[in-house]
Amino acid sequence: MVLSVRDLHIRDQVTGQEIVHGISFELTPGKVVGIVGESGSGKTLTCRAALGILPDQLEVCAGSITLAGHDIAELSVKQWTGLRGSTISAVFQDPSSYLNPSIQVGPQIAEVIRVKKKVRRREARNQVLQLLRSVQLRHPESVYSQYTYELSGGMLQRVLIAAAIAADPEVLIADEATTALDVIVQAEILDLLAELRERTGLALVVVAHDLAVVAQLCDEVLVMRQGDVVEQGTTQDVLYRPQHEYTQLLIAEHEQYGLDRFLNAPELEQA
Amino acid sequence: MNARAVLEVEDLEVHYGLGRRRRRVLDGVSLTVSGGEAIGLIGETGSGKTTLARAVLGLVPFSRGRVVIDGQDVSKARARQWRDLRRAGVVQYVFQDSLRSLDPDLAVGKSLVEPLLIQGMPRAEADARARAFLDRVHLDADLLGRLPGALSGGQRQRVAVARALVTEPKLIILDEPVSALDSANRVLVLEILKGLRESGIALVFISHDLGSVAGLTDRIAVLYQGELVEVGPTRSIINAPQHVYTRLLIDSAPTLRSAAAKRSERESLRALLHA
Repeated sequence: MVLSVRDLHIRDQVTGQEIVHGISFELTPGKVVGIVGESGSGKTLTCRAALGILPDQLEVCAGSITLAGHDIAELSVKQWTGLRGSTISAVFQDPSSYLNPSIQVGPQIAEVIRVKKKVRRREARNQVLQLLRSVQLRHPESVYSQYTYELSGGMLQRVLIAAAIAADPEVLIADEATTALDVIVQAEILDLLAELRERTGLALVVVAHDLAVVAQLCDEVLVMRQGDVVEQGTTQDVLYRPQHEYTQLLIAEHEQYGLDRFLNAPELEQA
Repeated sequence: MNARAVLEVEDLEVHYGLGRRRRRVLDGVSLTVSGGEAIGLIGETGSGKTTLARAVLGLVPFSRGRVVIDGQDVSKARARQWRDLRRAGVVQYVFQDSLRSLDPDLAVGKSLVEPLLIQGMPRAEADARARAFLDRVHLDADLLGRLPGALSGGQRQRVAVARALVTEPKLIILDEPVSALDSANRVLVLEILKGLRESGIALVFISHDLGSVAGLTDRIAVLYQGELVEVGPTRSIINAPQHVYTRLLIDSAPTLRSAAAKRSERESLRALLHA
């Protein structure tokens, strides 16, 4: 087990209000869990709790999170630093806000590798070029010495994914990581995550408000609303046999103007 | 063709930049849209979708080609002719960010009646018309006194649609009108737009959301690197795309059923496109 979240409750210490009311899931190597729901449903807070970066006034008030055998409630700051990046890592929606605009992107990733893997500069640079190649950036040498403003949204998100997997984490959290990208680039990033999972056994938590994005990648889906998990099960079950009316509504809204409705059955298309 | 052409674009070419930085963003684009027809314009960021819309609206000068709106050649139109055309309200537009298509300092009611008063419509008649159109986008008359900033994103976008409709235009250009909306408002706005076709308005619908394009439009035009690579009936573009780029675009759209299965297909299309 790489990551195990058991009956997690999150509370606002200032108002005393509970925001997340019990969420549970488990990740084994290569497994992908998706969390869907509207904004404010608690998806991102759940991820932040797993990364140990909840906003100051929020706390885990019940339940537990176990990361690679450690109960994260008992981790010291130093232990956290050891785990972040090398065990659990994350990419978010707006890639440009996580990189320093006045430093070339390559050295920023090299820094992660130098600190986490304790290697020399030249070796770190080689590893970064290797990483940039593995996230399918076409000209790794030139991307290495470019600044964020010189790269497109899709390229930046690849750079961020390269940085996130630089220290070989076992779990990667992708929180709306493709939301701001256009269709073709979104598919490229999702395919890249699928490829990383197959090649390295990376386990993923994919957070999205778009059901179809989650459908593409996940083994298991959690549907959240207002801090509750209203439905949880295999992707097949949740999408094709939704039990909760909220899931049914999400699917109905997607299908009314979703491409599925206008496409011929895939079997016909292959013929 | 039975229906009259409301928009004719012929061999349009647009350049941005000067000197060595001058580059072509639209290359020989031709397109005709008839009354009562909705046409979808799809393509990735930077493919020229918005530039085409802006050129049609007279907001971007073009270096070659012809644009005819409702029988009027506007290719060489000067500021005055554009002003008259805009006042007549023949062509209207709705952007993704409704804060940009609405005046933030003008209450909803004023935004709606202003174009009518400019046309010389009596106050009472204009007020009645504003209420009628607000009702048409399923908004309550209570909102008439509010500023755009005090509305939700979904309400605001519906006000922007109502404002575009109030002059009874022949042509409406919509640039990503539902991209910033949640799924309930997205469906609501798309249903309203769908209803417009029956009243004979021509729609140009720009979006990267293929589901809404498929659900709303009669024909689709695909832009890639400033060129129209494919134009055809919506059903055949979605189900039997011809150009490599269109095939990749359709295969890339996330769907509930078959998206994961198409990964290897996408990989070979990408290789083909970048070859």
